[in-house]
Amino acid sequence: MLASSTIAALRKGITAGEITPRDIVLDVAKSIEAGNAEIGAYLSWDVEAALAEADRADITKPLGGIPIAVKDNMNVTGQPCTCGSRILSENYTAPYDAGAIQKLRAGGAIPFGRLNMDEFAMGSSTENSALGVTRNPRDLSRVPGGSSGGSAAAVAGDLAIAALGSDTGGSIRQPAALCGCVGIKPTYGRVSRYGLVAFASSLDQIGPVTKTVEDSALLLNHLCGYDAHDSTSLNIEVPDFTATLGQDIKGLRIGLPKEYYIDGIHAGVSASVQSAIRQLESLGAIIEEISLPHTELGVATYYVLAPAEASANLARFDGVRYGHRSSSAGDLMEQYTKSRSEGFGPEVKRRILLGTYMLSSGYYDAYYIRAQKARTLIRNDFTEAFKKVDVILSPTSPTPAHKLGELKDNPLAAYLEDVFTIPVNLAGLPGISLPCGTVDVEGKALPVGLQIVGKALDEATVLRVAHAYEQSR
Amino acid sequence: MPEAHKIDIRHVAKLARLTLTDEEAKRYESQLDGILTYIDTLTRYDLDGVEPTAHAMPVYDVLRADEPRPGFTQEQALSNAPKRIADQIQIPKVIE
Repeated sequence: MLASSTIAALRKGITAGEITPRDIVLDVAKSIEAGNAEIGAYLSWDVEAALAEADRADITKPLGGIPIAVKDNMNVTGQPCTCGSRILSENYTAPYDAGAIQKLRAGGAIPFGRLNMDEFAMGSSTENSALGVTRNPRDLSRVPGGSSGGSAAAVAGDLAIAALGSDTGGSIRQPAALCGCVGIKPTYGRVSRYGLVAFASSLDQIGPVTKTVEDSALLLNHLCGYDAHDSTSLNIEVPDFTATLGQDIKGLRIGLPKEYYIDGIHAGVSASVQSAIRQLESLGAIIEEISLPHTELGVATYYVLAPAEASANLARFDGVRYGHRSSSAGDLMEQYTKSRSEGFGPEVKRRILLGTYMLSSGYYDAYYIRAQKARTLIRNDFTEAFKKVDVILSPTSPTPAHKLGELKDNPLAAYLEDVFTIPVNLAGLPGISLPCGTVDVEGKALPVGLQIVGKALDEATVLRVAHAYEQSR
Repeated sequence: MPEAHKIDIRHVAKLARLTLTDEEAKRYESQLDGILTYIDTLTRYDLDGVEPTAHAMPVYDVLRADEPRPGFTQEQALSNAPKRIADQIQIPKVIE
């Protein structure tokens, strides 16, 4: 079944003339039709448009003919871009391609399918989507994680070859961990944010969600690169991230942050990660304890900066140029408030209110500036640690996937689950999650993810370590 | 028992261009208070003299030459407008 294959394997088949891009799109479509009612990864998918692109595909290109599913917050011309929200689900059709999509297309890939997500990327379970429920393919009573839950569920459930996600506080890595696939967030500025609907502009990054580390490296080669449309885009060379895969990791120094050994890590998660550490040692890596002294500040810092930035970024949804416009509004002010209040879900409103409060007169210094200073300390922790080690390792999530509805009335409990992923966004570093085992919960084997974090711009080392571990299992 | 944060939720909602029912106002005020109490962790650290970080990988003075370049066509720009009259987006009266 082609849908359960990888980019690397399919490209071999295409170049050998054994399969066509049309074959692949048709098989993925079949998979979606068979499995999406249950898993709910996709919000929409246009088979005819994808087949037309498949038939025109240039198979000499490195990703030629490969369909890639897209989280529903990246603009792809002619496709919806709901962001999991009612405010964009009625009448928004993307009039342009996001920068990352343009680069994927230049590599020959076909954007096929729109994936469910927490509304405006706010959440860690995809339960905040206003448009549908996504279930973890490994246990349908549980969440796939979030906010790129659709991306991870589609890839892990073989409803996609690979997908794009976005990561602001862990939204690629955590769902990859909970569903049992690979997800990488590149260094901030590596991948253009042009055309990605902004949540928190200083934290957001697009990245691949894939079945293998090699596939992530293949996609990153194309996603990364300068884009003049994004003023935070780094104008630097993009290495071939596949070039160092397969090299050994003898003597490579892996840091384990002592502050990460907290109560609240599920025993099975701990055991899986410990086992992975021993495996990496057996491959020649040197394990060292390190300290990230300001770890405790991470979640609090994030929940000042991200909602504050979001409150500014979501101000554009006012019913004027696009999106939901209230039909019962009298004057202009009512059009703004009613359109927004009708269109946004509760978590989005909560974060907008939080961010607005913290940026408002009298509170700006106490919250926003203070959090930016804390961000400096967190970033410095990593800079110091990377003088002693090459990568830093931890569980991606302290717990495996929880049950749908379990954290419903407890937003703060949900926020605390992001403790290992958030600091990576605050420091702008590259981080990957890959499977490192399962934990048995109520008779189901729930995936556990291992997070590997690297120095800024050192995705190559992160991928090399991840690949070495993956291949040794 | 820590003092509740003084949140004028109606004022904040107005700034954010949101309307809240009485039930929502009460619920959000209480939830925000809980979150802000957690965020108060930040006040336990001495941050005097620490430079704020706005971006983790900063680039500065990103400018381009002041030359026109293609953008949306008018049709593209209007394509998602909820209400349209000819080549303009229609909105409620702005000035009395």
